[in-house]
Amino acid sequence: MAELIGIPAQAIFGQLLLGLINGSFYAMLSVGLAVIFGLLNITNFAHGAQYMLGAFVSWMLLHYLGIGYWWALLLAPIIVAVLGILIERLLISHLSGLDHLYGFLLTFGVALIIQGLLRNLYPVSSLPYSIPQALTGGQNLGFMFLPNYRGWVIIASLTMCIATWVIIEKTNLGAYLRAANENPTMLGAFGVDVPRLVTLTYGFGVALAAFAGVLAAPIYSVSPNMGADLIVVVFAVVVIGGMGSIIGAIVTGFSLGLIEGFAKVFYPQGSSVVIFVIMAIVLLIKPAGLFGRTV
Amino acid sequence: MTDAAVAFNPLAGRPPLLNVADLEAWYGESHVLHGVAFDVRPGEVVTLLGRNGAGKTTTLRAIMGIIQKRRGSVRFRDLETIKAPTRVIARSGIALCPEERAIFSSLSVQENLMLPPTIAPGGLSLDRIFALFPNLKERLGTPGTKLSGGEQQMLAIARILRTGAKFLLLDEPTEGLAPVIVQQIGNAIAALKREGFTVLLVEQNFRFASSVADRHFVVEQGKVIDVIPNEQIGTSSAKLQAYLGV
Repeated sequence: MAELIGIPAQAIFGQLLLGLINGSFYAMLSVGLAVIFGLLNITNFAHGAQYMLGAFVSWMLLHYLGIGYWWALLLAPIIVAVLGILIERLLISHLSGLDHLYGFLLTFGVALIIQGLLRNLYPVSSLPYSIPQALTGGQNLGFMFLPNYRGWVIIASLTMCIATWVIIEKTNLGAYLRAANENPTMLGAFGVDVPRLVTLTYGFGVALAAFAGVLAAPIYSVSPNMGADLIVVVFAVVVIGGMGSIIGAIVTGFSLGLIEGFAKVFYPQGSSVVIFVIMAIVLLIKPAGLFGRTV
Repeated sequence: MTDAAVAFNPLAGRPPLLNVADLEAWYGESHVLHGVAFDVRPGEVVTLLGRNGAGKTTTLRAIMGIIQKRRGSVRFRDLETIKAPTRVIARSGIALCPEERAIFSSLSVQENLMLPPTIAPGGLSLDRIFALFPNLKERLGTPGTKLSGGEQQMLAIARILRTGAKFLLLDEPTEGLAPVIVQQIGNAIAALKREGFTVLLVEQNFRFASSVADRHFVVEQGKVIDVIPNEQIGTSSAKLQAYLGV
């Protein structure tokens, strides 16, 4: 049990755990992107900034108001979602019917503005946010040590991802969303308020990003750039999984995190590019993505 | 309202459920409807007949507000809907079964059927709907677009019967279907009429239209140019042939 192919088992499991944690964030963020893309047909490049805002709002709640982690987990997504809803109503909604590129550029601009503002307000490189009392410590699993907080992140992420999938695939609300994606005009002709559905969906996707941001606050550093670094990888995940597929986003998110973890053990030099290599291969073989419907 | 429409309905005792007057509509820059006028009385089945491109489908889409660039008057009950958005028109009790059927491929038959929200009490129960369209009952779990053309048509009609909307716009429900299915749809329309539904039907199939409708409005180049009560259909056949070019 001490070594596998000349590498200490501890190191392997440690990296796999890290991979699973990264995968949790990839999955949550790409699920949010998939939900938004599915209904609004825009690639929400502000997703990384909204994730960062989730972490930042948690920090602000604690720092200025003394509101702790558990409340932040509820409040930060709501606050950031309200911001997202304003962005959708005031900006994005005017782009409906235009080429994808416009939504992409707009949200990219929004992301740069949000990040720039926060960099001005908080020039320090990173702000501390500690693990909540209840989740400090860890479990000895025999083959490895699992910090409680990391276990919690994996469970919380899986729960959110599966809950989202259930909502979209198994509920009446989800049927509206799928129908609105396919033929919004017809759904409107049934008396459904499609624009409001679109706005709330954007808010929901943004809330998912912010929720991920709160989860990330205690393990990654809270800084204005934390989302920009992550979102590039997440977009690669979305391309591999297939744009707009929820289940694709979940499966690819977690598995690419794991693959990255493996790469760190066996070929560390390649670990930062492995996802992009896979993306290139998938694009060549199955341009719609592994779970994507062919267009 | 055109003179013809007035002339042919001297005894229209009941106030119309739908009254369309001077309806104009545009697709982008192209002017498609040039003052459409007709009325539909409660409980009637009325058809819009005409050649391809005459403006029949456009008239339905303009009534529903799907075509946003429109002018004139569309009164439904006491509501002027010409400025209303589509969802408000739908909520007022008008339901559309479009020509392309618009069954959702990412939804099962059951989900398609249950999709339109209830807008008023008094919609048909699922039992009644399955009595009209028994084929649907066995296919509830299948994806909507895996159905045959006829079944898709039945589903497209069935799903708007649940909602409580009592005024149905049916756009060429028999197009491309086998005679036995056409007959089934004809029976369903007759049954709906008995249930108190009012139907505005767009048709190219004149024989089918004459088997279900009370009155026929002839549409040509974006206008209603004539109205023919169904009981005069025999004596008007020469005229109709000229209109429809059949």
